[in-house]
Amino acid sequence: MKILVAVKRVIDYNVQIRVKEDGTGVVTENVKMSTNPPDDNAIEEAVKIKEAGKATEVVAVTVGEEKAQETVRKALAVGADRGIHVKVDGILEPLAVSKILQKIVDKEKPDLVFMGKQAIDDDCNQTGQMLSALLNWPQATFASKIDVKENKLEVTREIDEGLETIEINVPAIVTCDLRLNEPRYASLPNIMKAKKKPIEEIAASDLGVDVSPRLEQLKVEEPPKRKAGIKVANVAELVQKLKNEAKVI
Amino acid sequence: MAILLIAEHNNKELRPFTLNAATAASQIDADVHAVIIGQNSTEAAKQLSELPVVKKVLSVEGAHYENFTAENFAPVIVKLAENYSHIICSANTFGKNLMPRIAAHLDTSQVSDIIKVISPDTFLRPIYAGNAFATIKSNDAKKCVTIRPTSFDPCESTGGSAAIEKIDASEEFSNTKFIKREEIKSDRPELGTARIVVSGGRGMQSGDNFKLITEIADKLGAAIGASRAAVDAGYISNDHQVGQTGKVVVPDLYIAVGISGAIQHLAGMKESKVIVAINKDGEAPIFSVADYGLEADLFEALPQFMEELNKLNTIQK
Repeated sequence: MKILVAVKRVIDYNVQIRVKEDGTGVVTENVKMSTNPPDDNAIEEAVKIKEAGKATEVVAVTVGEEKAQETVRKALAVGADRGIHVKVDGILEPLAVSKILQKIVDKEKPDLVFMGKQAIDDDCNQTGQMLSALLNWPQATFASKIDVKENKLEVTREIDEGLETIEINVPAIVTCDLRLNEPRYASLPNIMKAKKKPIEEIAASDLGVDVSPRLEQLKVEEPPKRKAGIKVANVAELVQKLKNEAKVI
Repeated sequence: MAILLIAEHNNKELRPFTLNAATAASQIDADVHAVIIGQNSTEAAKQLSELPVVKKVLSVEGAHYENFTAENFAPVIVKLAENYSHIICSANTFGKNLMPRIAAHLDTSQVSDIIKVISPDTFLRPIYAGNAFATIKSNDAKKCVTIRPTSFDPCESTGGSAAIEKIDASEEFSNTKFIKREEIKSDRPELGTARIVVSGGRGMQSGDNFKLITEIADKLGAAIGASRAAVDAGYISNDHQVGQTGKVVVPDLYIAVGISGAIQHLAGMKESKVIVAINKDGEAPIFSVADYGLEADLFEALPQFMEELNKLNTIQK
């Protein structure tokens, strides 16, 4: 079984982002970038499945500018076998990314495609579901447990009401939750080895996909600030304030 | 053209966020139709027809719709889509799972998780865990939009009498099979709609210690929340998680106990009307959003909090 894992480069989850003064976006210059956190879970799961002898190859793919390749290199350092970098300038909408990934799936013919359930920059939560629609494959979103069976997966999904278990036939798409596993760190020798693993570069424009934007971002602004609160000295004061000042209990 | 609202339900009754999505839909255009897809869901369809903002109900029944599988739901909506300018549902796990599948079939760029309708083609949505708001204009002919339920008031639930039209089921998608759903039953209010939420974080140190939170929640008629750290550590189940990848809550009162206030947690609760933080680390980021901060050891503060509540003559419910 072959697993394709899609990874995205985003502003690191620990960075407090800043909105640009001209309202055109957020500041990305000189800001720490990382792999989108649940994409790390997607890579980890694919590598674990391979280590368990249930997959033969793990291919990491990213769609993005020059530096996005770092995320593929990181995936290679934690166990992916080879990489694909679809080069494109600017930010693509999830619909465009899913169309590009569809072309990569046509070419690579994986049995499974894994990715994070949501990117922590645009918070869209769309790409996996869109790709599975375009391919007419089953989708298991928000996966917190995956059991690989013969030609199918049993997946536990995190839903608002609790947990749901579904069985999907391969080929299939899985979008991964942060609780799926604990991503490993790359060891130094593996980082060195990853530098020798191949990354195929493909220009998005060669794929014949319409990636033109359908959405216009008219403005990006800071959310309204909360006014500063106070510290209370003890529990009695807190309860008194909640009762008599805020009037919420 | 009319707006198509996708109803969320459990086959017996509407799920509450359908009412919030209906409000959002009616802000785009007054001509709102609602589709309900399920199995033996006539009672829920009737509830839907009683929402005054809904002008027409489309009902689809089939055994393969019993468990809300997106692969089965999407073709029904796609078939209906030609008559509608917008397709709307909530940005909870139901809508997040379903809507992109519809949007891709319609070759539409979805607008996710909006918090405001600015005009029929322009919406406000949070990005970067709510640390920025983006104003987005959609240039697609058809617009697929998911709405953040807590940003829209629920619509009136009675007084309407829309016609219910039965429509044909689509074929079953055979490559996805539902196995089971483990719902955590509780007598407490639902986290997403509760007036008060009491949440615990890593500082709780164990699942057992959550009983300190449970006690207070019961006293206040509150729902119980948790940070991702507490869920990851196994103190409490995932349906309690508040944050960027969990639930977004906007209660009148949010009490954060032993929660440091990571960006991704703040994303899920910082719009709450009144925020209380109880934490022994005075530098914890949670204090930056708290109206009332108490720097204290939670294992001393929570029993005292319970004592103080017991002293009150009345508690709002």
